Amino acid sequence: MATQLIQLTGVSKNYRKGRETVRVLDGISLGIDKGDFVGLMGPSGSGKTTLLNLLGGLDKPTEGLVEVDGRVISALSPGALAKWRSSNIGFIFQFYNLLPVLTAARNVALPLLLTSLPASRRKQHVNTALQLVGLTERASHYPRELSGGQEQRVAIARAIVSDPPILLCDEPTGDLDRSTADEIMDLLQRLNRDYGKTIVMVTHDPRAASFAHRVLHLDKGELGAPPEETPGAPGGTSP
Amino acid sequence: MFGWLTQTAALAALNLRSLPRRPGAAAVAMSGIAALTGVFAGVLSMASGFEKTMEGSGQEDVALVLRSGSTAELNSRFSSEQADVIRYAPGIVRDAAGEPRVSSELFWIVNAVGKSSGTEANVALRGIQPAGYALRKGYRLAEGREFTPGRFELIAGRGARNQFAGLEPGQMIRFGKTEWLVTGVFEAGGSVFESELWCDVNVLQSAYQLGSGFQVVRAQVDGAAGRARLEEALDGDQRLAVDVWSEEQFYSEQAEDTTALIRVIGIPISVLMAIGAIFATLNAMYASIAARARELATLRALGFGSLPAALATLLESVALALLGGVLGCAIAWLALNGFQASTLASSFSQVVFNFAVTPDLLAQGVTAALVVGLVGGVFPAVRAAMAPVTVALREL
Amino acid sequence: MNRFTLIWRNLWRKPIRTVFTMLAVLVVFFLFTVLEGLRIALSLSDVGIEAQERLLTSHKVSLIMMLPAAYQSRIARLPGVAAVSHGTWFGGRYQDNPEFAQYPVVAEEYLALNPEIKLSSAQRQAWLANRGGAIVGRPVASQYGWEVGDRVPLRSSIWTRNNGSNVWEFDIEGIFDDTDAGMNAGVVLFHYDYFDEARAFGKGTVGWYVSKGDGSMPIENLMASIDAEFENSPAETKTNTEAAFAQEYAQQFGNIGLIVTLILSAVVFMILLVTGHTMAQSVRERIHEMGVLKTLGFTSGSIFRLTVLEGLLLILPVGILAMALGRAALAFVSGAMGAMFPAGLHVGTQSVVLGLALMLAVSLGSVLPPVIRALKLDIVALLRTA
Ligand SMILES: Nc1ncnc2c1ncn2[C@@H]1O[C@H](COP(=O)(O)OP(=O)(O)O)[C@@H](O)[C@H]1O
Ligand SMILES: [Mg+2]
Repeated sequence: MATQLIQLTGVSKNYRKGRETVRVLDGISLGIDKGDFVGLMGPSGSGKTTLLNLLGGLDKPTEGLVEVDGRVISALSPGALAKWRSSNIGFIFQFYNLLPVLTAARNVALPLLLTSLPASRRKQHVNTALQLVGLTERASHYPRELSGGQEQRVAIARAIVSDPPILLCDEPTGDLDRSTADEIMDLLQRLNRDYGKTIVMVTHDPRAASFAHRVLHLDKGELGAPPEETPGAPGGTSP
Repeated sequence: MFGWLTQTAALAALNLRSLPRRPGAAAVAMSGIAALTGVFAGVLSMASGFEKTMEGSGQEDVALVLRSGSTAELNSRFSSEQADVIRYAPGIVRDAAGEPRVSSELFWIVNAVGKSSGTEANVALRGIQPAGYALRKGYRLAEGREFTPGRFELIAGRGARNQFAGLEPGQMIRFGKTEWLVTGVFEAGGSVFESELWCDVNVLQSAYQLGSGFQVVRAQVDGAAGRARLEEALDGDQRLAVDVWSEEQFYSEQAEDTTALIRVIGIPISVLMAIGAIFATLNAMYASIAARARELATLRALGFGSLPAALATLLESVALALLGGVLGCAIAWLALNGFQASTLASSFSQVVFNFAVTPDLLAQGVTAALVVGLVGGVFPAVRAAMAPVTVALREL
Repeated sequence: MNRFTLIWRNLWRKPIRTVFTMLAVLVVFFLFTVLEGLRIALSLSDVGIEAQERLLTSHKVSLIMMLPAAYQSRIARLPGVAAVSHGTWFGGRYQDNPEFAQYPVVAEEYLALNPEIKLSSAQRQAWLANRGGAIVGRPVASQYGWEVGDRVPLRSSIWTRNNGSNVWEFDIEGIFDDTDAGMNAGVVLFHYDYFDEARAFGKGTVGWYVSKGDGSMPIENLMASIDAEFENSPAETKTNTEAAFAQEYAQQFGNIGLIVTLILSAVVFMILLVTGHTMAQSVRERIHEMGVLKTLGFTSGSIFRLTVLEGLLLILPVGILAMALGRAALAFVSGAMGAMFPAGLHVGTQSVVLGLALMLAVSLGSVLPPVIRALKLDIVALLRTA
């Protein structure tokens, strides 16, 4: 087990809603190898984003351990966690989350502000990342001047610019049409295959999920096997 | 499609109804304009209050005789013989007993302690003759009794009593080497005389070794014609070198320097404040449009014209300005109207006056607010009209 | 791209809003500076060092009452008095301009007592040699365009000449500087002998005495001993330092100062409101982005610093520029109205510090609350905001 990059042991997450406590994740144990590409599916509200947040150190589990590369990240202080995140994790969101006031190139350069790289090296990194996502000629455009697919590619460039080993994607194609979605998935696949990025991707789209090496299903806070073909026709029930 | 007027009305109603949902921006614009209006009304009410006091002091049918060249009572001086010549000159009204209605007076300055400042201030101590009371419009003894001629007694104007310490009826007050008994408090129609202390002129002469002379002769005359006759008679008299003033004109000239100073300082400041308020309003209105960009675009997509969209925005800004203006005026009126203050006037003595927030001033204040509202609304209105529907719908 | 780029781009997120906020700040701190200058000038609190040391003796009952010229030798004889001279209020105006300060004085005595008056020795000689000559402070000379050699008429509201006229003419023999920028800065000085001989009344009297101690006794004791000398005489006296005298005089305008303060407060209120609201709004707009920055590895501390710096950048440069412009405007006004503000219109360190403190208060006061509130939320909550 020690060889696995990401290791979750008995992880639970509760949220308080007023006086009630909601258990969003319930005793999840999971290992992800270095270089793996994991798809995560499940109905809305099943806790997928919550799980991703725990992996990325954005949130802390109520119970259990989250280990990455042998470190218990759930025990790190906020400052140490931020530092760890900047060099280990790249996030990709459904709605891109680019800063509207910065050009594409500057959005990509953002994570490099946290490093001590000299300006010339930063520029080099940004160019490499933009080249990789095929957007070199859009470097000086603002997000509002880009299409959805282009915005997502800028977001991917930003996620990989500091060369983190892990990419966490939350419905990266959720806001895109089919062909653009395919382009994005090709890109992620390339990052996994050619650059050895370990990817965990939440998705609702079976097409996108087919790019993953394996798919996990989350339901009511528990990991399970993929459900069988759903029996029963819609509208089959009558009052 | 209904006309632009109806459209504007509909859009404006929609805007105004949504105001409570974005209280921040509305409050900012309103308070900025309220501050502007308040300052404007405050500064001008001081000038107008001072002016009102000074101008209310002089009467057209009272003549003031001063030494030639003197522009203030303080600087004038003549002998008792000269005063007698003036007293019996033609043009002066006489009473039933045939005595001229004349008061030969001394205008002296003493030091009293200001109640709010705690420091010494120059207060006028005026020596009058018995006819002096009737020469002041609205003279009325409000408390106590009048001074007894021949005694070290004085009565205090209501303004002086309010502003300076030790002037309650029954109190003794020391000016220089002499102790005076305050016997009463008088009113004089809110005029400058209410800032003064009055005593018997002969007592004042002896109290400060002022000899037998006077500084000013006040005389009731028969209108402008009577004054002209008096002036002619005195001009031709070899024993005298005097100027005859209409009391009314004398006091309005006295007011000029001070009110000019207040206005010279106050008006540029108000203008600058107005410019500041315009920027504030611009910001608030742009924010308001940005907040409603989608709503506006949707309405435009439904067929509302761009002119109504612009007009409705302008109306909103003007409405906010109006509210702010009224608020500022209300604050100025509540806080300042009737507020009593005193300052050193050109007579070298303290003049007590009340801030006068007049309807006139309120109208000016609200007008200024409306101008700010219009200017601050016009660019945002254009922007509201110009925004392409598709872009606005896509944004956010 | 560096951190400053990020701050700078955020500052111009909505350029129109930023420009208007800056313009409002500009107007408001310009006004602040000008009003401070006026307030200080009206309070006459800045009278110079010499004025703290010099004593002014006037009639006890009132300033307008004259004192006998014979008091001079009696004051001079008192122990502890180093020198004494006198002055009288002339009450003149030039053409239709407002009344300003002119004193008939005994030239050598007065100059010795007022070392802050800097006059070239040639001009000094010329003045001493001309009975009808006068010297004038530079601010007044430049406002009225007077030059050495001019003959200028002043109309007195008090003093009539033997021939019945109120107009007095003087030859300008010198223009002096007041190194203290104090009460002498804008005065016209002429010869008492000439004045006393030519006036129609009041001969042999003076308005007040100026004196200086020799340092052998505390100044309070000296003041008391001068007043004691004239107790129970027909004209009792009141002695104070020139500085205290000036301030007492200024106090008499009391309520005008109050109004200036009132305006200042309204102005300040307006700044707080306008900029504060706008800045807070701009911080609230980007709470979601703060979440994004955190996922990238930015710490709360660095986001806090970025936001606060942006707030300072919005206010401070423009505010400082506005205060500089305000000072230039004050310098211009004091040049154009030298007779009314002979000591000039200035704002001292105190006002500058107050202005800077206000700028800090506005920017921090509006940025800190929303930023602290935002950073108290965890990343997940930040990201969940729209
Ligand atoms: N910060 C939070 N506070 C309270 N409840 C939350 C919070 N975050 C998530 N939840 C709840 O946890 C459940 C899972 O949320 P999420 O992980 O976003 O689901 P998914 O991404 O699978 O749609 C939802 O019911 C959601 O309402
Ligand atoms: Mg989700």
